[in-house]
This record gives sequence, C-alpha cells and structure tokens, in this order.
Amino acid sequence: MFRNNYDNDSVTFSPQGRIFQVEYAAEAVKQGSVVVGIASKTHVVLVAIKRNAEELSSYQKKLFPIDEHVGIAIAGLTSDARVLSNFMKQQCLGHRLTYGRNMPVRTLVDMIGSKAQINTQHYGKRPYGVGLLVAGVDSAGPHLFEFQPSGMTEEMIAFAIGARSQMARTYLERNIDKFADCDREGLIRHGLRALKESLVQDRELTVDNTSVGVTGIVKAEDGSFKVEPFQVYDQQDVMAWIESVGDDKEGGAGDAGEGEGEGEGEDMEVDS
Amino acid sequence: MDHRPQAWGRPRDDIYGAYDGSYLQNSGPKTATQSPVVTGTSVIAIKFKDGVVMAADNLASYGSLARFTDVKRLRPFLDTSIVGFGGDVSDMQFLDRHLNELAIDESYEHESTSAAAASPEGQGEQGAATSAPAGKLNAANLHKYLSKLMYRRRNDFDPLWNQILVAGFDGQTKPFLASVDLRGTTFSSPSLATGFGAMLAQPIMRKYAATEEDAARLTRDEAVNVVKECMKVLFYRDARSLDRYSIAVVTKDGVELSENEQLEKQSWAFAERIRGYGTQTV
Repeated sequence: MFRNNYDNDSVTFSPQGRIFQVEYAAEAVKQGSVVVGIASKTHVVLVAIKRNAEELSSYQKKLFPIDEHVGIAIAGLTSDARVLSNFMKQQCLGHRLTYGRNMPVRTLVDMIGSKAQINTQHYGKRPYGVGLLVAGVDSAGPHLFEFQPSGMTEEMIAFAIGARSQMARTYLERNIDKFADCDREGLIRHGLRALKESLVQDRELTVDNTSVGVTGIVKAEDGSFKVEPFQVYDQQDVMAWIESVGDDKEGGAGDAGEGEGEGEGEDMEVDS
Repeated sequence: MDHRPQAWGRPRDDIYGAYDGSYLQNSGPKTATQSPVVTGTSVIAIKFKDGVVMAADNLASYGSLARFTDVKRLRPFLDTSIVGFGGDVSDMQFLDRHLNELAIDESYEHESTSAAAASPEGQGEQGAATSAPAGKLNAANLHKYLSKLMYRRRNDFDPLWNQILVAGFDGQTKPFLASVDLRGTTFSSPSLATGFGAMLAQPIMRKYAATEEDAARLTRDEAVNVVKECMKVLFYRDARSLDRYSIAVVTKDGVELSENEQLEKQSWAFAERIRGYGTQTV
C-alpha cells in the first residue's frame, strides 16, 4: 500500500539519501499546467496555459503581479502559491516603505527560497507543492528565476515548468541564442511557440486559455531607463500574439478543435 | 546577621531597620536617554552643479568641555553617499556600526546580481540593461531608511539623539541632500545645516544657493569655498567648535573625504568691536 517507509515526513532520509516528501512536492509541480519564462536584455516575459476544471467553470489564473517590477507564474497547488505570493507582495511593499526603492529580484527570490527550505527540515511541516517562475527587473536588468518546492532557486535565461514542460524546454534550448537580443514582441512570440510545443494533440492556444505577462526596462525620452510595470494580458489582449504564432512553421498542426473539458495533460491509453 | 533559613544573608530588621528597597525603582516609568552626553556640534552641507559638499569639525564636547578633539563625524556610505552626524557621539557610533552592516549586506547584494546579469550579457555586444536606474542603495534610499529608523526609536521613547545630514545622489542621479533628526522629522533643501550652523551658516550658504537652480549653477570650487567660509564663521561664533574639521565632496565619481583640514586665514579683528557683554563697560 505504501510506496516505502521513508516518506511519512519531510525530516527522514531514505537509506538511499532521498527525502521522498520533497520529491513528491516536485511531482505536484509537474501536475500543474505549463508555464514558460524568457529573459532578454531588456524584457522578461511569462506565458502560461490556463486550465478550467470543467467546461462550465472559469479558467484558473496562472500569472500574478507581485509588485510594480515583479510577477510570478505558478505551476502546482494554487493555494500554496497564494501563500508565497502574499509573502512576496508584503516583502516588496515593506522594502518600498523602508528604502523607497524596488526590491532587488534576487533578494526577493532568496527570501522565498529560505522560507520554502524551512518546510523541508521541520517535523510536522510539508513542502510547498508549487513551483514558480519569478520575472522581474532591477538595476542589473531583467531577471528570470526558477523556484522549486525544495527551496532551490536559480537564475535562468529561459525556462519552463509544469506538465509536459520538457517539450517547451527543448524549444527554448534550440533557440537560446536568439533571446538576449529579442525585442518585447519577439520574446512573447518565442514564449508562445514554446508553449505550443508542450500542448497535447488537438489542443491549441486560445484567448481563453493563454496568459502573457511582461515587464522590462524601457528608455524614456530623456535617455534615462524606466521600469515597464509588470502587466498580465488575457483574453482579447493576447489575440494578436496568438494569431502571429498560429501560422509559422514552428507551430504544430492546428486542428480547429476547441479544448475538450476534461482533456488534461494525460495521453490516451492506446495499448491496453 | 539573621541565620534563620528563610532569611539567610539578610541584615536583621531588628538591628538595621526594615530594608529600604526604594533605590531598586521597581515602579514608575522606564527611562531612556533624556539628553545627549558627549556631543558634536554643527554639520553643514551645500549642493552644487554635480554633487554635494559637506563639512563638520572634529570636536566631541562633554558639556562645555572640549573633551575629544579627533572625532570624525562624517562617514562615507558605499562610496556613493556621505552621512554627517550632529548630536550624541555614542548614538553616532551606534549608527555608524549599523550602517557598516547595511553597507556589507548591500555590497553582497550588488555582487550577486551583477554576477548573474553577466550571463545573458555575454551573448550580445551592447549592455543596455546595465545602465538601468541605479538600484544600489543611493543617498535617497539611505535617507528614507534612516528616517524610518529614527522615527521608530522616537516612538519607542528611546531616541537616537542626533541630527543627520545625508548627501549623495537620488534615483535620477541628481544631487541629493536631506536631513533627519531625533524625532524622525525629514527636511530637504539646496543647503542644510544642523545645530548652531542652522543659525550661523545657513544664511551664508543661502546667499549662494537659495534655490535648486542657484545650486545647479554653483561650481565645485565655489561650493567648497562657501563651506570653508562657513566653518570659519562657526569657529568664530560657536563656543563648542574646533578649527580642525572634516570636509567631504560627493560626485558621480565617488566620495572624496579629507578628515584633517585646518581653518586658514583666521582674523579675529571683529572681536574688538563686539560690545554688550563681557567685561567692557561701554
């Protein structure tokens, strides 16, 4: 019935040196729908596929603004993500109040990293069942960070987490050299193409299931650099972008079937 | 001595009378610093075209006694800002240690972000992102932080007995100068002075930089000369001052701090004409 005796809490190592609760939490991230993030020299974008639990329900949000200059994309347990999101919002606000500036992105990411790590080392606690991509800008430019339930954080040029995200990562690896000099629109299109790679057959990007978030650094008229505030685009606002990647060669075979209600990331069982 | 076990070691009441515990003060309000002890006098500063000049003498007085004559009251922060302290010297030293910690944390911060930014930068030629708005803790950020710190301590009824000037640059890389005092009151102006300097030096500095526009026309040499002139006037008329002083200039290139300046070309001829107090009869 149980997989083993060493997965009852997050403080016990297995004889092989593994902590199963942390590994299970990493699995929870893979259950979430896919999110992709890419950073260039001037911008950082997050794109996500939203799911609806059933045909009659609305789509679960995947992108959240944290502060003027930071946003996150989530994959995994949405309720755990809300805890982290609230924490990040409060830290950013507190930093703005005491120092009068935007919180540096790495400082913020280190904070949730430490917070999540504590959960993997205390009896009676459980790791967060959510992975994040954190996009933000600060004095050193745009940043993209990956956050894992284990507390691991790492800066990325481009990354994807969530169900079938390996397909998206393969796309990103193939195109990694193009990202640094991409403009804002080009970066978004790269993100959407990566997202398309990870879609199952017969599903495609629609205005209902696609979210795009952007922040970056823009040059003002007087030559100084300003922050383009993190903004999430949904519905009609993403239509043009979806259409612009709909007919290029990297796009998959676009059958006009709209997403069936229960067609989650699971493949059909064909060999039984 | 009372040798009964419940009162071992206690003086016997029948011989010495009841124990007087009043000095223990286990009632009444908690008291913190009510007045400064060892103090520094004025700090003065003025903005100019591409920076700020600040000066303070090297004296720490114990009341009216010129107790320590080699106390440096200006400190640079991260080589981008200067902080000048008037008021209690021990509170200044506390703040100095605190700012050291802050500077170290901030330097680690900057180190890690710049190392991380290097990776995407490596692929292209022009580094547009690196010249983005300054995010290192600048003078404006530092002043905001100090104002919160001072106000917090005031609300704890345990104030840090200082008036502080912060000079450097703001987020838009324009010269920045502001003050915060022991109550957390903040104030900003093209020229600022604490303590006696607010009465004696400020009117002189305002002749040269009454407005931001005036300050933006001042050259560095003019600003330094005004400040040196003010230090001289302060030494003439402020009994808690010294002729040795520190002067710092902050520009985009960093902080230049000189801690052993001597007042030059003093003339006490004006003293002859002073009437109205002292031993003269007319």
